[in-house]
Amino acid sequence: MKFGVVVFPGSNCDADCYHVIKEVLGQEVDYIWHKEIAVQGYDALILPGGFSYGDYLRTGAIARFSPIMPAVIEFANQGGLIIGICNGFQILLEAGLLPGAMLRNRSLKFICDKVHLQVKRDDTPFTRLLKQDETISIPVAHGEGNYFCDAETLAELQREKRILFTYCSPSGEEDMVFNPNGSIANIAGITNKQGNVLGMMPHPERCSEHILGGTDGYRIFASMLQSWQEVSC
Amino acid sequence: MYKANIYVTLKEGVLDPQGGAVKKSLHVLNYTGVTEVRIGKFIEVWLEAKDPETAKVELKEMSDKLLANPVIENYRVEMLEVE
Repeated sequence: MKFGVVVFPGSNCDADCYHVIKEVLGQEVDYIWHKEIAVQGYDALILPGGFSYGDYLRTGAIARFSPIMPAVIEFANQGGLIIGICNGFQILLEAGLLPGAMLRNRSLKFICDKVHLQVKRDDTPFTRLLKQDETISIPVAHGEGNYFCDAETLAELQREKRILFTYCSPSGEEDMVFNPNGSIANIAGITNKQGNVLGMMPHPERCSEHILGGTDGYRIFASMLQSWQEVSC
Repeated sequence: MYKANIYVTLKEGVLDPQGGAVKKSLHVLNYTGVTEVRIGKFIEVWLEAKDPETAKVELKEMSDKLLANPVIENYRVEMLEVE
């Protein structure tokens, strides 16, 4: 399987993603500079975390118009797997590949911490190696992860089961007090209607090896690999 | 040449944690009459266009596409002709 990590000016988790795919998952991976205009030959794309364009104007607002983005949107529309992590999630929102927008964290503080997530579904290309209702632990690091959408969109996300991860306690209890940023309905990750595009604030690439204190993140990348193998082998 | 003042504000119902923090600070300064503070953006744009109508159309387009995010923000454009 061949992954592409899209690199914007100001991306800073691109090397971590590259490392996990190449050295831990053992798959092919390239960096794709944002000035490229094609993503041919890739089976999945990663939009990594960071501060593309310094978060100027709004997070992800300027990266969304990078030359590579029409190809990324086309890739998504053709059913290609895309995972947007942190700033990558913010870019997917600005690009309209996922609904909603990000606001400043409720606390107004940049939060760098390990949080617990409840897995809402285990029948998606991103979560098939996780278990529904399982609690996993993944780090977050963001200043604007306060996911917002209108009531109608939230109802649609819930009805179509597009919320894949919510913030929760270590024992899986969902409550605003375990929500680090104030996001609506404790949302930590959602997919598009077709289920091939995932945006999540927590960083799975930062917990994909035992030496980093956890491997729950690895299971997300491994799920993508297994889903791809099933379709193409 | 045209000069536009573009005011980008958060939509009603969208939480504004910055505005909330500034309100609390104003209360600490004894401005107890302050009931709400909302923080937005003020953007100045200078542009060349063949006539004011074209300039207005372009300003609306750029606001919809980039300057404001319609999910959370509203905007208002004021435009003047300048030298």
